[in-house]
Amino acid sequence: MDSIGKITSRTIVMPTNDIDTDQIIPARFLTTTSREGLGQFVFNDLRRDSNGDDIADFVLNQPLATGCAVLVGGNNFGCGSSREHAPWALLDYGFRAVISTEIADIFKNNSLKNGLIPVVVGAEMHQKLIANPGIEVTIDIETRTLTLEDGSAVQFPIDSFARFCLLHGIDQLGFIQQQLAAIESFEEQRSWTP
Amino acid sequence: MSNDKTLFEKVWDDHVVVAETPDTPAILYVDLHIIHEVTTPQAFSLLREKRFPVRRPDLILATMDHSTPTTPVTTFKDLDVVAEGAANQIRQMEVNCKEFGIELFGFGSVERGIVHVIGPELGATQPGKTIVCGDSHTSTHGAFGALAFGIGTTEVGHVLATQCLLQRRPRTLVINVEGSLAKGVTAKDLILGIIGIIGVDGGNGHVIEYRGDAISALSMDSRMTICNMSIEAGARAGMIAPDDTTFEFLNGRPRSPRGADWDTSVARWRELRTDDGAKYDKSASISASDLGPMVTFGTNPGMVVGINDAVPDRPSDPSFRKALDYMQIEAGKPMTHNDVDVVFVGSCANSRLSDLQEAANIVKGRKVADGVRMLVVPGSQQIKKDAESLGLDKIFVAAGAEWREAGCSMCSGMNGDTVAKGKLAVSTSNRNFEGRQGVGARTVLASPMTAAASAITGKVADPRPFLRDE
Repeated sequence: MDSIGKITSRTIVMPTNDIDTDQIIPARFLTTTSREGLGQFVFNDLRRDSNGDDIADFVLNQPLATGCAVLVGGNNFGCGSSREHAPWALLDYGFRAVISTEIADIFKNNSLKNGLIPVVVGAEMHQKLIANPGIEVTIDIETRTLTLEDGSAVQFPIDSFARFCLLHGIDQLGFIQQQLAAIESFEEQRSWTP
Repeated sequence: MSNDKTLFEKVWDDHVVVAETPDTPAILYVDLHIIHEVTTPQAFSLLREKRFPVRRPDLILATMDHSTPTTPVTTFKDLDVVAEGAANQIRQMEVNCKEFGIELFGFGSVERGIVHVIGPELGATQPGKTIVCGDSHTSTHGAFGALAFGIGTTEVGHVLATQCLLQRRPRTLVINVEGSLAKGVTAKDLILGIIGIIGVDGGNGHVIEYRGDAISALSMDSRMTICNMSIEAGARAGMIAPDDTTFEFLNGRPRSPRGADWDTSVARWRELRTDDGAKYDKSASISASDLGPMVTFGTNPGMVVGINDAVPDRPSDPSFRKALDYMQIEAGKPMTHNDVDVVFVGSCANSRLSDLQEAANIVKGRKVADGVRMLVVPGSQQIKKDAESLGLDKIFVAAGAEWREAGCSMCSGMNGDTVAKGKLAVSTSNRNFEGRQGVGARTVLASPMTAAASAITGKVADPRPFLRDE
């Protein structure tokens, strides 16, 4: 994974609460053996009608959406299925960060492992972002800060290890593999075996 | 400081390979890794690319369930009935398991079935184990006092290569359930009621432990239904302390310990209960006795209402209104006003033998209403066999229902079993998200009894008038 330090982009706002991973990428697009090319299906059933034509009202189909890399969702974003296809699809489409008041655990983990930044903010900042779609924001992973174009800023929580891996482009599998000796000794010394 | 620990803490502490620090998560050992065709191909590709072997193929349970057809498959040619992508994924699973030396319960294997059904059925799911799978409903296995949770595909790769995961310790939430469930009210109604109270994000960041008289009284099938839907409250894992009901279920299963090993294991498992002085981070309580059959009316499992109660309204909440619009449900009226198009009995929430028996008990000697399609999909090929030996297949078929091969089927709609646009399905599955069962499909989550009663009447129906003593 490439290292990521800072993201600056305009926002797209999808104010609906509890946007689940089935909406982010419907299950019928999971019959793939690759992680590439899923961006074309992101929010497919909200974006397109049953003939496959774009639904003009939907936020991703509006001119303002072009080039936006930060998605502001309603409360509790990313609940439901553990499919990592959800962050893969969002990243492939061009998103680099997701902002909400709450981000579901498995989606958050999957996102951090792929370089999609989950940004959890308080209700006040969230309301401001929802009310002002298209404003420019900067997400600084080093300082854990979200800054709006009017200069207002909040800090957001991010796991310190995940943050370190993002900043330095570190492969988490490699980190576990460095502990091989500890894993072997754990296996040898257990009081019972699975 | 007290040494008293919760059930979760006991299992967690027993699996820490390298302790957590402020800068690094714990390295946690995994005792059982369950894999299926949808969330593993990219992980195997990584291993192949890096030339990493699978570290412990003996701790993997592999099957195919999500994109598999539920019509009989005897040759690869039959796979053409499913979407091309699904057939490719199934073939890739066979290739991957063969190449990396993993035993696969594939087509033709009586052990094949839904990942969360066959783990317990084979006795591979045991108290005190850590169990992971690239599927959020891995929480099901917590019914045995295991710590079991869903992971993403990157993490599947980590476990394949190292048998370990990087994890921060979650917080704990205890849900005390006192009283007892009335006749016609099931574990499904109870867990829907719980999610209705704590909300779809109520368990975020937590492992739930369910305890109390109402939980102790439940069968293992029912406990699995409860733990299965922990993730619908946002909790990655749900747990129930093992007891005699658990041990009785596991005794004699193919992968359960035997002989002296069995006795040693049971003695160890008996220690897996929360100590009296242990503290949880959060708690909630619910009385089981007050509960009737529950159904969902919206587009997440927290939008739930008693079967005869009026659907609530929140005129000033756009997300709530959007859900009612999508569902074409009128606030102020009970769900029993709604016509039903499809009934699905199946999924890792409710596809075990007792679920099928409860549905069959209501359907027996009756007919599925005109215009209703009823699909019954057992959770495993073994359950299918057991149900057939009890004649349940004949009861369903005589009533006009379809009796299928095991798989996830209409719960995730990946294999071609879907609900058409605008149609209303009463489903024993665990998710009523927009489009989950098919584009534009409207899903009402319910117990197998409620689903069966709805199939007979053609409306969302209270099962209690249809119960028979058996």
